[in-house]
Amino acid sequence: MENLALIAQVQGYTAIALGLIIGLGAIGACIGIGIMGSKFLEAAARQPELIPTLQGRMFLLAGLIDAAFLIGVALAMFFAFANPLLARFG
Amino acid sequence: MAGEGPASSTEYITHHLTHFKVGEGFWTFHVDTMFMSILLGLVTIGLFYSAARKATAGVPGKWQAFVEMVVEFIDTTVKEVFHLDRSFLAPLALTIFVWVFLMNAMDLLPLDVPGHIAALFGIHYWRVVPTADANTTFAMSITVLIVVLYFSIKAKGAGGYLHELFTAPFGANPLLWIPNFLLNLVELLSKPVSLAMRLFGNMYAGELVFMLIALLGATWVGFTVGSSLGMLGQIIMGAGWAIFHILIITLQAFIFMVLTVVYSAMATEHH
Repeated sequence: MENLALIAQVQGYTAIALGLIIGLGAIGACIGIGIMGSKFLEAAARQPELIPTLQGRMFLLAGLIDAAFLIGVALAMFFAFANPLLARFG
Repeated sequence: MAGEGPASSTEYITHHLTHFKVGEGFWTFHVDTMFMSILLGLVTIGLFYSAARKATAGVPGKWQAFVEMVVEFIDTTVKEVFHLDRSFLAPLALTIFVWVFLMNAMDLLPLDVPGHIAALFGIHYWRVVPTADANTTFAMSITVLIVVLYFSIKAKGAGGYLHELFTAPFGANPLLWIPNFLLNLVELLSKPVSLAMRLFGNMYAGELVFMLIALLGATWVGFTVGSSLGMLGQIIMGAGWAIFHILIITLQAFIFMVLTVVYSAMATEHH
């Protein structure tokens, strides 16, 4: 039965790690999107004729900024449902 | 899977995350991924073939106008970034964009429908999104790496490219050859890894969120308050996430395409 305690410990640490991965990733992505969005609005207010050019680039960068966060979410979800660290306990 | 319901939520999700596999170890083939990606590749070819065959110089039909819009959009995007002859790169970018978009769009199919269709043929596992499989995305990004190497060698010659690999960032001093080469190697290899992981991560996370939303309705036991709320939640959240996902799948296909072009343009630059 000491296995049960070990499994519970691994699961507990994994849960903390998932929270950290998603939480810190979300902070980074939100700050990034926020800065980029504010700069885009500023630039659009200064030079409205540039909006079509800037909009495409803004979406491209939004995807790039989001990507690292979503990779983190995917990894976290993977660990939540099929934890490879638990495989050792059979 | 058809007939009896899943025993628990974890089982439901692991079931949906299991590929239809053939083979063992290194030679494991994900038949579902290969079938879907080849099928969608044929769909891409068929769609454009049907537009090109019926193309007229006169007033275009709706379908022809749409295809022309897509082709022109890609062509302008490539033209902005890549300044040399783009007779090879623009069609490549178009193929990547449309193919990846269609593969991503499989995420929008109702979650359990492909599995039930596959179950009719006696197949119990069927993942329908090829880009949510790291094998597909890495295969595509390694192909992009080969294209980048091709453009490097075409622009600089094999000797010139080797010379650049060993002397580029720091200088031609023989002492600096090894650090130069290591730095260039990291730069070269980080491109396909980031390209593949970005697409895979986005699609995998998107698919998982759809599964988590589907679990809300899976709590259905009858017309009770809890079950009704779960079902309502699934419909609203599923619709919301699907609408947001339309943006993500297009954006990721576009990013994959643009980065391919950007990397190729960087490869043709002289130092």
